[in-house]
Amino acid sequence: MKKHLKKIITVCAVIAIYFIIFALVKTGVLTRHYQSLLVPVGINIILAVSLNLTVGFLGELTLGHAGFMSVGAYAGCLFSVYCDLPVWIEFPLAIIIGGVVASIFGIIIGIPALRLKGDYLAIVTLAFGEIIRSVITNLDFLGGAGGLKGISKYKDTMSGFTIVFIVLVLTIVIIRNLVHSRHGRAICSIRDNVIAAESVGINVVFYKLLAFVSAAFFAGAAGVLYGHNLGILKPGTFDFNKSIEILVIVVLGGMGNIVGSIISAIIITLLPEVLRGLDNYRLLIYAVVLIAMMLLNNNPKFNALKDRIKNRGKVQTDAKEAE
Amino acid sequence: MALLEVKNLGITFGGLRAVDDFSFNVEKGQLYGLIGPNGAGKTTVFNMLTGVYKPTAGGFTLDGENLTGKPPIEINRKGIARTFQNIRLFKALTVADNVKVGLHNGKKYTIAEGILRLPRFFKEERELDDRAMELLKVFGLEGERDVIASNLPYGKQRKLEIARALATNPKLLLLDEPAAGMNPNETAELMDTIRFVRDNFDMTILLIEHDMKLVSGICEEVSVLNFGQELAQGVTSEVLNDPKVITAYLGE
Repeated sequence: MKKHLKKIITVCAVIAIYFIIFALVKTGVLTRHYQSLLVPVGINIILAVSLNLTVGFLGELTLGHAGFMSVGAYAGCLFSVYCDLPVWIEFPLAIIIGGVVASIFGIIIGIPALRLKGDYLAIVTLAFGEIIRSVITNLDFLGGAGGLKGISKYKDTMSGFTIVFIVLVLTIVIIRNLVHSRHGRAICSIRDNVIAAESVGINVVFYKLLAFVSAAFFAGAAGVLYGHNLGILKPGTFDFNKSIEILVIVVLGGMGNIVGSIISAIIITLLPEVLRGLDNYRLLIYAVVLIAMMLLNNNPKFNALKDRIKNRGKVQTDAKEAE
Repeated sequence: MALLEVKNLGITFGGLRAVDDFSFNVEKGQLYGLIGPNGAGKTTVFNMLTGVYKPTAGGFTLDGENLTGKPPIEINRKGIARTFQNIRLFKALTVADNVKVGLHNGKKYTIAEGILRLPRFFKEERELDDRAMELLKVFGLEGERDVIASNLPYGKQRKLEIARALATNPKLLLLDEPAAGMNPNETAELMDTIRFVRDNFDMTILLIEHDMKLVSGICEEVSVLNFGQELAQGVTSEVLNDPKVITAYLGE
């Protein structure tokens, strides 16, 4: 009974968030400048939550998330440029095509690369991202360095936000449900101890690939959303810095913490805009924030404080249940 | 036919012959000990029996089926589970989740059923909860169900590892120094638990141990390894009084 109540509250909260933003846009409380940030924030949340699956839950450091995003973006946008279906069929199809193509690349890269560990995997995925970028730059039918133009844009801010919001909610629900199932436990067990996971019969290769490919799928979908937001795709956008930016979001929000990823995606996307004057120092702030977070997370006093806050909530609910 | 038959098992690492021509049989329901001084190759034998290392000579069968050189996952599914000398728990998962990972292959619901939360997901997850609790109760861990595994005290971590191994529903359980780091009281308690597991789960247990009180207390038969070679084999009390074995342990 209590579980159902929690579910209903969550669903209501999600709907409420949507309508609050809807109202803020309609009444003009959010300026045009901030309205234009709604879609990028949503896209970054999708990217961060999906990267969290590989970095946080599977525990493998990958630096090629922007690569999967670009593959998906080009595949999906190419489809919608050359295809002439009604929007409501064409657009979901484009998102799925983007995701599927990105996952196919995920399988191709993942099968050999996931045999590597730690730094080596990071280097291979980094190279993958850079190779994809150079290949796209040199392919004429993808627009080359000039970019792929003529992608249909969202009708207005609200329709764009609505679509991104739907994909965003789906992404979070799917990844959360995956993590909280026997398959998710298998993924986490690989992160904690590969040898022990094998010894209890977990198919390590399969579950590594599952996490890697699912993350690629959502990165691809996010890429399609990105392309339709700008109306143009340039290969230079999906460079090493983009991958690092997503990784920063995940690390800042906490490895294996979905809610943390969402919050930190919002902060990291908005921070440079809020600190417009400090734009030149953005990367500097990134570095400082990252180092500070790592120091804090390994600080026993800070962890004790966190545990205390967590446990206080628990004791209260326990007391309520006892009543 | 014995449950586990090991024949002429051997492995070399480069020029080093870590285990050489080692044979023994473990009958169903038996508590069998594998002892020997440090570096004798006991854990290497375990690693070969669980597929971590591929033997370079000889082999072994479980229930008549040859499993020599098979990958760890397959060997586990065929019915051999183990614990580790240096505890290898899933540190960041809760105690219950550690056991549930062990139960993973016993459940059937697919990835799609898990994501869409279809009825089979709820049914099997409830079964997982119940089964995990049953196993935790055997080891007196039911109160720590939601504790993160790395926060458990040492003795309980060892017990949790056994619970997790049992969760895979094995025919043969390999325990690698289960009493390491335990005080005499904890060891005595552990002996009761091991006997309980053998009797109540119809388990066959092969264990490595340095604590001779535990070995003489619960093992019916033992094999002694020294420098990778078999030194003695037979009924525990006789082997432990064998002058050769005493020399190997204590020196001339």
